[in-house]
Amino acid sequence: MSATSEYRRREQSITLSPLEDRADEHAADRPEQELLTLNMGPHHPATHGVLRLLVTLEGEVVRELEPIVGYLHTGIEKTCEDKAYWKVIPVIERMDYLAYYFNAMVFCGAVESLLDLEIPPRAQYLRVIHMELNRIMSHLVWLGTSALDLGAISMFWYCFRERESVLDLFEMSSGQRMHTRYFQVGGVIEDIPLGFAERVRAFCAAMPARVDQYEAILDRNEIVLQRLRQIGIVSERRLLELGVTGPLLRATGNPWDLRKAAPYCSYDHFDFKIPVGTVGDNYDRFRVRMAELRESTKIIEQALDGLPEGPFITNDRKVALPPRHELATSMEALIHHFKLVTEGLRVPPGEFYYPVESPRGELGCFVRSDGSAKPARVHVRDPSFVNLQAFPDMVRDGYIADMIATIAVLDPILGGVDR
Amino acid sequence: MEVVRQPAGGELRARQLRARDMLRGDLEGADLDRFVEERVMTTTLERAVNWASSNSLFPLTFGLACCAIEMMSIVASRLDAARFGSEAWRASPRQADLIILSGRVSIKMAPIVRRIYDQMLEPKWAIAMGACSSSQGVFNNYAVVPADKFMPVDLHVPGCPPRPEALMHGILKLRTMIQENPELGWRARYHAEGTTELAPAQARAEGEPPGAQGEPARGASGENAGA
Repeated sequence: MSATSEYRRREQSITLSPLEDRADEHAADRPEQELLTLNMGPHHPATHGVLRLLVTLEGEVVRELEPIVGYLHTGIEKTCEDKAYWKVIPVIERMDYLAYYFNAMVFCGAVESLLDLEIPPRAQYLRVIHMELNRIMSHLVWLGTSALDLGAISMFWYCFRERESVLDLFEMSSGQRMHTRYFQVGGVIEDIPLGFAERVRAFCAAMPARVDQYEAILDRNEIVLQRLRQIGIVSERRLLELGVTGPLLRATGNPWDLRKAAPYCSYDHFDFKIPVGTVGDNYDRFRVRMAELRESTKIIEQALDGLPEGPFITNDRKVALPPRHELATSMEALIHHFKLVTEGLRVPPGEFYYPVESPRGELGCFVRSDGSAKPARVHVRDPSFVNLQAFPDMVRDGYIADMIATIAVLDPILGGVDR
Repeated sequence: MEVVRQPAGGELRARQLRARDMLRGDLEGADLDRFVEERVMTTTLERAVNWASSNSLFPLTFGLACCAIEMMSIVASRLDAARFGSEAWRASPRQADLIILSGRVSIKMAPIVRRIYDQMLEPKWAIAMGACSSSQGVFNNYAVVPADKFMPVDLHVPGCPPRPEALMHGILKLRTMIQENPELGWRARYHAEGTTELAPAQARAEGEPPGAQGEPARGASGENAGA
């Protein structure tokens, strides 16, 4: 375990001065074990948002930890019940704010399943391209901020440089950097502009070399290795008990990835690998995400190569807006447009749970419809929330400094935790 | 107050020599008068302090939600807030003089945000970044509070989330505000002057209404945690 690693033993074997020996003379007078309860957050730069942690310390060793959530509760699920289906998308996108395409995907996927709607292949491929770009972006933010917590500030500049180039691509296809509302029920809102594919290709060509550079900085850095290796190990069995998914579970060697396990959105068309770890420590979690950066670029390249021609949104006029030029010539199109804009689409009664593999694990959306134009209930299973449950198990009986490293590598997004 | 840099041109060497003479005490009479006229600028102490503090804003490392990610971008390489003297982000409110409310403030978080703001030392400024902390944005519901309801805000940056450029523009606007006229009147109007953190007993003694400024968040703060 972390507390008895070779590095720690050496560190503890250092004696500073005779002063310490003298302090030990009085050690008998003090109580043997004094526990200190420390409050961390909700305003703390290392908690990656507004997470609050109650940590019980014995010396420097964490004995118990209690995460307290809810400081970013936004009432998103309740707000969704008050909006027409297509107006829910921008609200639900703002949940896990580093995975906005995935948030839109789960909601649109659930509604499309309720509608029993066929999605055009081009729309599916465009969704895959954007989701994988989003995964790269999310992992880059994770890598930059985590390395910052470990004291490596230069990683932050590099990762945010690449993140900006991904956001430029998002801006090109949708006009927005974040919360793009690109995914629409039935497809995507617009076809990709001219030149987009070339720029994505250029990005995908450059990205693996960038990942090599990141690894050259971090992977041979003694400090990073000492702070990640053999830290925060939780067994695969315990993680499964807690419902943990995503890179945290894959780091233990379990290759559970919904893109392979239950392919959605034509992920079965692409050839990619699921990186897994062996030990399940922080280092494996780091390596799994680094490998995922590479795999995502492969998926994007394949999706661009095989990008089918055809419509980018369904032709069902009850669901998707008719194209602009039809409004001038077709009375029917005008009526459909009017009905969709004023009332929104109606979904047959029923309920559906639609999961996808977000950068943090299984992100699922449960939608219950009562036949009206507004959902009766929207619930989201957010991976950050579920994964945070494993945090006390990861840091118990380790050092408090390792706790900072572990929460960085855990990568919780508080917008998703609190919703 | 704006410092204008004039191109030195070919005169540079002559000016350097004159400065050397002045330091040696060789300049006298009309030459000395001319030197002083050229080199010395008079201003008030207040304006000089405003100029200095506006060009060295220490923002608080305080992220709330989506906007926090865009807020992080302004320190990154593309925008580089260090050009305007605000690269030194401080994690402790006692060392910071600018708080950027980057994201949605929930009802549970609002007393804590207020407490953090009260812990900052004067002079201090607040930017409400994004639609949520200015007007609740898309979340017009039970959970989100606009920042104006519980703390004085100097500047609102619109957007959902605002682009990093927009936030940078806001910071530059704030810089101009600080340089030109820090007393805009609205602080006095809203009794937003000199907010400080008071212990609950102290606040009661000073006749504060319950729940007003200085009342720390119960059950949400560090001091109750250890009990």
